[in-house]
Order: sequence, then C-alpha cells, then structure tokens
Amino acid sequence: MTNPNGRFGIHGGQYIPETLMNAVIELEEAYHFYKKDSEFNRELTELFNEYAGRPSRLYYAGKMTKDLGGAKIYLKREDLNHTGAHKINNVLGQALLAKKMGKTRLIAETGAGQHGVATATAAALMGMECVVFMGEEDTIRQALNVYRMRLLGASVIPVRTGTATLKDAVSEAMREWTSRISDTHYCLGSVMGPHPFPTIVRDFQAVISREIREQIKEKEGRLPDAVIACVGGGSNAIGSFYHFIEDRDVRLIGCEAAGKGADTFETAATIAAGRLGIFHGMKSYFCQDEYGQIAPVYSISAGLDYPGIGPEHAHLHDTGRAEYVPVTDDEAVDAFEYLAKTEGIIPAIESAHAVAYAMKLAPAMDKEKIIVITISGRGDKDCAAIARYRGEDIHE
Amino acid sequence: MSNIRKAFENGKAFIPFITCGDPDLETTAAAVRSAVENGADLIELGIPFSDPTAEGPVIQGANLRALKGGVTTDGIFGLVRELRLDVKVPMVFMTYANVVFSYGAEKFISACRDIQIDGLILPDLPYEEKEEFLPLCRKYGVDLISLIAPTSENRIKMISGEAEGFLYIVSSLGVTGTRSEIKTDLDSIVKMVRESTDVPCAVGFGISTPGQAEKMAGICDGVIVGSAIIKFLERYGREAPKYIGEYVKSMKDAIR
Repeated sequence: MTNPNGRFGIHGGQYIPETLMNAVIELEEAYHFYKKDSEFNRELTELFNEYAGRPSRLYYAGKMTKDLGGAKIYLKREDLNHTGAHKINNVLGQALLAKKMGKTRLIAETGAGQHGVATATAAALMGMECVVFMGEEDTIRQALNVYRMRLLGASVIPVRTGTATLKDAVSEAMREWTSRISDTHYCLGSVMGPHPFPTIVRDFQAVISREIREQIKEKEGRLPDAVIACVGGGSNAIGSFYHFIEDRDVRLIGCEAAGKGADTFETAATIAAGRLGIFHGMKSYFCQDEYGQIAPVYSISAGLDYPGIGPEHAHLHDTGRAEYVPVTDDEAVDAFEYLAKTEGIIPAIESAHAVAYAMKLAPAMDKEKIIVITISGRGDKDCAAIARYRGEDIHE
Repeated sequence: MSNIRKAFENGKAFIPFITCGDPDLETTAAAVRSAVENGADLIELGIPFSDPTAEGPVIQGANLRALKGGVTTDGIFGLVRELRLDVKVPMVFMTYANVVFSYGAEKFISACRDIQIDGLILPDLPYEEKEEFLPLCRKYGVDLISLIAPTSENRIKMISGEAEGFLYIVSSLGVTGTRSEIKTDLDSIVKMVRESTDVPCAVGFGISTPGQAEKMAGICDGVIVGSAIIKFLERYGREAPKYIGEYVKSMKDAIR
C-alpha cells in the first residue's frame, strides 16, 4: 500500500525538520533490512507469544449477540495482551528494532498512557532508558498510568504547551528527538508521523488482522462481514483492517471520537470535521481553522483526543475502502457500561467507541452476518473518569 | 538575481526574526522599522502556528501570544503591504507548511509576490518534500530557502546544490533558543556548502550575544537571531521596539 516515498495516495510523506531527515532514513533502511531478517522475526514472534501473550482471543460475545438480536458479534481481545492494550505489539517491534540499531534510549508520546506504559515496559525488558511525554491534562486524567510508567523505570515529562494533550506530547517528543538523535529512538505510538512510521507501526499491528483471519475461518469457516475498531491516530484500526483490505466484501469501519458531537467544536472526529493539511510530519486530514491553525480537539477518551488521523486511513477514506463514523462521548460511555454488564468485559473507553457503533449496526444486520469488534484495550484505567462522568466523585 | 542577495552586500548580514502579531501588528511594524534603522539587512517575519514543532519555549510563547491576540495570515499580509511603503530591505516569511498549504499554496505564494516578500522558510519542509511548493515559488519569484542541520552530513551537497536566496544553517541539534555554547563544527559544514554553491550562508539557532555573532560571522555570511529578540517582546511588550533597535545595533556592530 505504500509507494517508495512513503505515500498512501496523496497522504503521508516526510514533513519534518532537516535535523531529523537522516534519522528517519536510517530507520527506514534498518527496518527494510530487519523485516526480512529471520532472526529478528523469530525474536519478535517469541516476544509476542511468550511475553505479550499472543495470539489474543477471538471471543464470541453470545449474550451481546442475543441481546442485540442481529449479526453475530466476535470480540478481538487485545485487552488481554500484557500491559492491557494493543500498543504492546508495536512497541515490542520498535524496541527490538531500536536495539538492533544500537540505540540505548527510547522516547515516546502518550495520550491515555497505554502507549507510554507499553514503551516503559519494553524498555525495562530490554534494559533501555525511557522518557515519556504526556500532556499535563492527561497526566491528571490518567494518574494511575503515570505511576505505572514510573514504576517501570521511565521518566514521565508532563507537557504544558498548547492544549496539554496528545498532540502536544507528540510535538514535544519530536522536539526532544531533534536534540538527541544518536542514542535515541522515537518510539511513535500510532500509524502517524513521517514515513516510515505509518508503515512500521502498521506492519507490527497487522498481527491483529492476521490472527482474526485465521481465528474466524476456524470458528466460522469464512471471513467476517464487518470489522469495527476505534480510530485516533489509527493503529489498532489499521492493524485490524490490514489483512482484509483486499477482501472487498469485508466492511471496514473506523469509529472516531466525536466528543460532544462532530458538529460541535468539542470533537476529535477528524474525518467528519477536519480537512486536508500537513502536520506532525504527514499530509492527512486534520481538525484546523481556516488559516491552518490546528484546532484544540476534545474527547472523553485521552487516547483518541488527537486532531489528525494516520495517512493510510485518510487514503482508505478517499478510496471509499473503509468507512469512518463519529461516536459521541455519551454513546461511548453507554457502550462501556453495556459491555461490562452484558459480557463482563470492561473495555477501554477508546474501544467503547467501536462497541457503541456495533450496537447500532448489529441489530440492522441478518443473524447469519458476522461482526468483529476490536477491543483495543481494557478499561480499568477509565473507571474513575467514567464514574466522574456519571456524577460519582471517585478518585484513584 | 534574487533580491535576497542585496542583504549580503553590506558586509556580513544581520537577520532578526520577529513573530508577527506579538503582542500586536503595530508593535511588529515598529520593531521591524527599529531593526532596519539600526542595521538589520534582512527581516525574517514569523507567521505564527499553533504547534511550532521546531521552536523552543521562547518562540513557542510568541506564537501563542500572537494567536491569542487574534493575528491571521491576511492580517500579516496587510502588515507587510504597509511596511513596504518605506522598508526596502529584503523580507522573508518563516512559518510551517500547513499555514501555506491550508491558505491555498498558490494564493499564499502569489500574495508573497504581490506584497514583495522575497523568500519562504518552512522548517518542516525538507528537501524530499520541497516539490510541494517549489514550482509555485518559481512561478511567482519567491525563493524557497533550504536548511542544513548538523546532522545533514551526506545531504549537504544535494541540498546546497539546489539552494536559492540564502542557505539557513542550523547551528545545533534541537529547537530554537539561546545557547551558552555552540559546539557544532560549522567551519567544515560551511566549507562543504561552498563547494556546491555560491548562495550566501547564514547561521541561526542559539545565537544571542555579540561575541557569538562575531564568531559566527567569521565563518559565514550572515547571522540569524530569533529567541533573543523575542525575549524583548516577551519582557517589554509594546515598548520592545526601542530595545530591539539597540540590540540590533550592538549585533550589527559586532559582525561588521
């Protein structure tokens, strides 16, 4: 799907300072070498299976299916991975790559804290130094994850610039990378940023759709009719979609965080509310004003609270291969509670956006149809925030 | 010949950077005039961006203050039009790719020609992406300024071979902001550049004192100063232009 310049259709590219160009070129060369290296792949598979607990389960949600009365629903349980989210897939890949490249220090941005925790985990495992940039607003929303990162030996730097959320954490991590390149790898957490990151992260996350394919064929003897995942930058979604892109009969649906509504200013639904732009190293869709100033976005979910979307998603949207739908805070919180009560599974509030859309879609589909929802992470981290949303004053 | 060359005909060039609209456009206009009266050879005008990823805290702050004050790209075009009534030194815009792209690249770059902006510096547009705007810059006679960093190494020849206007040599790793010491071997970088082009070289990032400026001027053709000037605006607001004038004079005297 990527052409040689790191483009997905018109999207992608390398819009970064000259200072970083040789670093991304070095990364691209190393990646091309190691992705075909059997020893690298053996080590990565071992980390996936023995350390992260892959393959993750594809669980038939019988009660939910019965309750909604339509399509059969399967949940891809990325929440059961070590560290509780899909983020570990990418991080183990990048950390191993960085180590092979001779880097001794990982830096990362984080929104909800899941990618930061995953990076801190991999750094601990591989004996690397780790610094995580996190919007100050998010360090408050996700205080427990800040503690987890520190426990794992990482330093967490609260970012106070701009809106003090995920986009500012990305900017600050990029600034840090320009000041220290030789020993440092920027472990970007989503399918975004300059080439080769969108391709590298997608390839490491593609294990999700590779497993779904095998598992659903084994359970149902055929491919699903729809695959649904939440989208911020879009790493769990592209991971869930990738091996189905050529299968035109499989609907691919990305659920964006609409916050208080895609038609309000308090939204993070990039496809619904954004337009074409250039930011954070890539051409893609961004929430911005008429002069190209990046808009302060909002979502209850810190992990989806980002004003852009990965370039491959922008391309899948342009070509119509994938659909992108907005899901509001209210709908996501309802789905969060619904999945907890119906299946005994507390999803991350990010993943609850995908559950919310499936709850609308499933009843309108025939009972023979099959939906797979990716539960990208577990929701323990969100319980206090959701309680507060419902008016209960709980603090961790 | 590029109008920017003129800036390098008066000994070593002193190039101040000013973020437009910090704290308001009237102050920007006064600061530019004060800098020119005191010997600035080329003015780098920053169009603020919400998320300036190449900037350190000082210029980030200026961007934020300017945007809070309500400055827009159209307002800045108006400022330049007004400045051009009497300011004759070359002027370039420094901003981020999205500001140009989102305005409509052709609309933006043709406006640069109309208001006599001579060049465009976009720190997030490396060599590999310059086709995004280069054809339009050529069409309207606006120089697209290339940057060279301490990490450019094997890329220096390729970049300088196609350079226009002047070459912006980034003195150090990291973002903009004052530094007590610049350790990069700029001498050998400039030597490599000279092998591929006769376009003037100006060094920026981290320079704040007359002593540093003098040292840099010994190596290259011009010195760019941003954060040290923005600090006057941060500190004195509307009163800053007179301090900026004094400062520019001391810097220009040091490199003459």
